[in-house]
Amino acid sequence: MRELTYAQAGVEAVAEEMRNDQRIFYMSTDPAVSLMKEFGNKRVRATPIAEGALTGIAIGAAGSGYRPIMDWRQVTFSFVAMDQIVNQAAKIHYMFGGQRTFPVLYRANVGGGTRLAAQHCQCPYSMFMNLSGLKMFLPSTPGDLKGLLKTAIRDNNPVISFESNRLLTTKGPVPDGDYAIPLGVADIKRTGSDVTVVAVAWLVHEALAAAEELAKDGISVEVVDPRTLVPLDHAAIRASVQKTGRLVVADEAGPTAGFSAEVAAVVTEDPATFARLKAPVKRVCALNVPIPYSPVLEDHVFPDRKRIIAGVREVLQGRLSDKAV
Amino acid sequence: MNLPPDKQREMLRQMLTIRCFEERASADYHAGKIYGVVHCYIGEEAVGVCSALEQGDQIISTHRGHGHCIAKGADLKRMMAELYGRQTGYCKGKGGSMHIADFGIGMLGANGIVAGGISIVTGAGLAAQMDGKGRVAVSFFGDGASNAGPFHECLNIAATWKLPMLYICENNMYAAQTSAAETHAMPDVAGRAAGYGIPGVVVDGNDIFAIHQAAARAIARARAGEGPTLIECKTFRWRAHTERIGQPDFRTEEEIETWKRRDPIARLRGQLEAQGALTDADWQAMNKEVSATIGDAVAFAEASPFPAPEQALEDMYAA
Ligand SMILES: Cc1ncc(C[n+]2csc(CCOP(=O)(O)OP(=O)(O)O)c2C)c(N)n1
Ligand SMILES: [Mg+2]
Repeated sequence: MRELTYAQAGVEAVAEEMRNDQRIFYMSTDPAVSLMKEFGNKRVRATPIAEGALTGIAIGAAGSGYRPIMDWRQVTFSFVAMDQIVNQAAKIHYMFGGQRTFPVLYRANVGGGTRLAAQHCQCPYSMFMNLSGLKMFLPSTPGDLKGLLKTAIRDNNPVISFESNRLLTTKGPVPDGDYAIPLGVADIKRTGSDVTVVAVAWLVHEALAAAEELAKDGISVEVVDPRTLVPLDHAAIRASVQKTGRLVVADEAGPTAGFSAEVAAVVTEDPATFARLKAPVKRVCALNVPIPYSPVLEDHVFPDRKRIIAGVREVLQGRLSDKAV
Repeated sequence: MNLPPDKQREMLRQMLTIRCFEERASADYHAGKIYGVVHCYIGEEAVGVCSALEQGDQIISTHRGHGHCIAKGADLKRMMAELYGRQTGYCKGKGGSMHIADFGIGMLGANGIVAGGISIVTGAGLAAQMDGKGRVAVSFFGDGASNAGPFHECLNIAATWKLPMLYICENNMYAAQTSAAETHAMPDVAGRAAGYGIPGVVVDGNDIFAIHQAAARAIARARAGEGPTLIECKTFRWRAHTERIGQPDFRTEEEIETWKRRDPIARLRGQLEAQGALTDADWQAMNKEVSATIGDAVAFAEASPFPAPEQALEDMYAA
């Protein structure tokens, strides 16, 4: 299989879909040069810096028969478009009684590791998850990003593609040919029997590294990557926890009302899964502060493989003392 | 203005329909049959840009949206049923007064967010440009909305991309309680067009012919690919900002009376009578017909079922 970077996989997904469907057009304050070259300035628009207006323009064009992609670039810049996201895009299909479809894809980079400080290192996806009416995903690999983007571009609803800043230059296998990954389907990135780690984006890779480390101590970790945030694959998460009886959730966002809180609720409110829990759920998240600039500070705030390892050991405490590890 | 008498009578009839619809909506709101809030368009019925549009052109409205719906040709029955919260309403009872849309006729929706529709309809204008079929899109908004960011962002984008757009500011001199004099650095919103390099026109918002003419010019410009126009219609609402009781209204009796003497409907009726295009009998008949249509709409709404509670879960996502 070919190896592409996460960023390349994103561009490839967009380009392939744009070749197949003339109704797709792309708006961004600074679109990828390769897309501008291939599709010209009508289908790939370098826009004024007016994210609020453009987010709404995408909705209007979608309701008029087009399939726009609006790239906010950093999620940071989507906040000036909050009215259009929250009050318009999320509600327009439902509120008007399903009269029209609004196939819009919004793209937004999230996460830290870039030393860009508080405004440009954010993981606010749970704010969007909280809105009814939007679908969204946050992939951890180039292959997943491409497949999910292709599905999202073909979806007839507003979808947000959250893309990890830390992963943009990481390489991974991308299948040849046309493939798409359905929304709402988790991927088990590593199978295991002692603990389930549910992680997204960069923390999937940290969880895999943690699992490798823990395996040396005879601890078997299952890594579940939901990939899609809405709709969230409840069944896959519950099935894994029913098997292992222990759950750690790893997320680059803070814990408060976050993705990790949602996963904890999905597990604990289900009687069958709750009955199998052998330990309290553990969340490994960012600290609840705006992301600071200095590397020493930033690295302290974000979770990593070390904290995942500590979290796993914590939920395994009872078992470990049995075995006297 | 050389519109055929039939067309002129049709304009009068439409204005009368809007007024009677609003009077009924107000009455039924106060009778507890309509919920939430209603913003009446009474006094502003002349902003009849739609009479200059063709089928296939698209508009977007505001919280004060019933008039635009009617002018674009919406079905009064489904409108009234929506106000009544019934299953047969335009939005199956999910929208109410502030959210009536009929995408089939190019009415992209009222909007509960001030300035919320401006960018959506600018997207429809972009789509019209890409379609290349000469269609236009119209954004209606108030003086209050003209101070919000989307107005400025969209005018710049539409001017830069030469989108086939009409931006119609219905300046009724007030945003809720607050007068435009307190919130606008320049009295004429149309003057801002200069900042975007597009035509800005001020018209008497109670003179339907003046508006029709200004709109027709702007539409011709848009269809010719020359870009957007900003038209400001100076008008006035007769009723309070909303029908909710107990809300302050700082406008003086005198100001309201002055504007009532400029009634756009009486004015058009007088013009038609002076031309011999309308007799008193015609006027009486028109009134009768219009009130029968409104009566039918109310009867339809009242006879329609409420949605089943579980229908709250329908239409979340499109297939
Ligand atoms: C963003 C936003 N802020 C405040 C409100 C509350 N609000 C509803 S209508 C209105 C006044 C709008 O005035 P204008 O745009 O002139 O329209 P008009 O009511 O005069 O037709 C206000 C402040 C709102 N709906 N949306
Ligand atoms: Mg006003």
